[in-house]
Amino acid sequence: MTAGMLTVNFTKKLDNFELAMDFSMEDEILALIGPSGSGKTTLLNCIAGISQPDEGVIALNGSVFYQGSQKPLKIQKRRTGYLFQDYALFPHLSVEQNILYGTKRGSDLSHITELSKLLGIAGLLEKYPHQISGGEKQRVALARALAAKPDILLLDEPFSALDDETRGRCQEELQKIHERWKIPVIFVTHLKADAEKLADRIIKVDQGQMAEQGLLERGGQCGRQILKADFI
Amino acid sequence: MMPYDMSPLLLSLKVASISTICVFIVSVALARLMVRKDFFGKSIVDALILLPLVLPPTVIGFALIVLFGVNGPLGILLENLFGFRVVFTWIGAAIASFVVSLPLMYQSALAAFEKVDPRWENVGRTMGVSEWRIFQTVTFPLAWPGILAGVILAFARGIGEFGATLMIAGYIPGVTETIPLAIYFAYEAGQMDKAIFWVVIISALGVAAISWVNYWRKKNAIRIGRE
Repeated sequence: MTAGMLTVNFTKKLDNFELAMDFSMEDEILALIGPSGSGKTTLLNCIAGISQPDEGVIALNGSVFYQGSQKPLKIQKRRTGYLFQDYALFPHLSVEQNILYGTKRGSDLSHITELSKLLGIAGLLEKYPHQISGGEKQRVALARALAAKPDILLLDEPFSALDDETRGRCQEELQKIHERWKIPVIFVTHLKADAEKLADRIIKVDQGQMAEQGLLERGGQCGRQILKADFI
Repeated sequence: MMPYDMSPLLLSLKVASISTICVFIVSVALARLMVRKDFFGKSIVDALILLPLVLPPTVIGFALIVLFGVNGPLGILLENLFGFRVVFTWIGAAIASFVVSLPLMYQSALAAFEKVDPRWENVGRTMGVSEWRIFQTVTFPLAWPGILAGVILAFARGIGEFGATLMIAGYIPGVTETIPLAIYFAYEAGQMDKAIFWVVIISALGVAAISWVNYWRKKNAIRIGRE
């Protein structure tokens, strides 16, 4: 296993089908696309440690998260940044408290200052989640997911609740962050256009089975590889 | 100058306060366990906690006498270990209050914890935060409005406890005479003025508690429970 690499090879029985995932990735952006209930969020949950596979291996940067009969690595030790669908901001904490929640007292917060500027949320720090818009919530949740300096970023439908303009802006910010942080990013979407715009690779998940889309074209804005997602 | 000896009020507040503190700690721990963990016999444990809700106070009082009486296993244990008796003391009244108010507080805490979205806790975990800190800073504050309602219910139930208290603590003026006992024995003795006085006092306590909870909920509804 090389540094900066995520290895996923597991199966997990769900209600109506078996989720079977087998891929590895480096510091790139991977899009998971597929219909609702196809197992995309379960994959993110298995990587984060919220759910456990039935068998197989999940490992990141040499650290084994899950391997067959071994005790799974605790969620707290996996160093994953997870942006949940609908963002799951703590409603009783201010934006600033949300972002700083996982940071240790006395730790270097310069990256958070930088993130706040980059994401344009520096003026929102005193506000509470119910006082900000959907796009602002998305950016706050992204800042929070990155605040504890994770080794991997998992995004569950990060753009689904946003209007076109805000979606475009948030996607650009995500690309900038990825350029700067160089960590593996997996994001779940049901929109082909989001996947095409952002991802280095696209995996289609349907009824628990995955199919990787072929790379048809390279180049494009922000140096991303643009894929033509010609789905089955 | 008060027209009557106020010791029933002070005793009732003491008994209800101590039993509510104990009920709060036990209920929060039990409810948290029951919401997040599955284990063998969970439904039986749940039924046992809720049992006092459906039992007549005399049955609870009888069970407490069997357990905490002079010849009861817990009564002997407490006397040998700490040198005090439960029967015919205010401690007996506090234990009776504890038993009858536990299911009310437990149900409120259970409902409150069930309302806390597990994703919030998972966010904390993925950020590397310990379970205890997540409980302190996320789970408990978000469940607090429901827990507070349970605290008030438990306190009100504790202060109004009569049947089981009479059986285990008896009626000893100045020692185990809580407000409900004072009302009953004043009525029995034909002292209607005294009975009405205590009825007004205990009703005022109830109205004040409910009003305060409603005010607090309204004041904090904006921040808590909304995203």
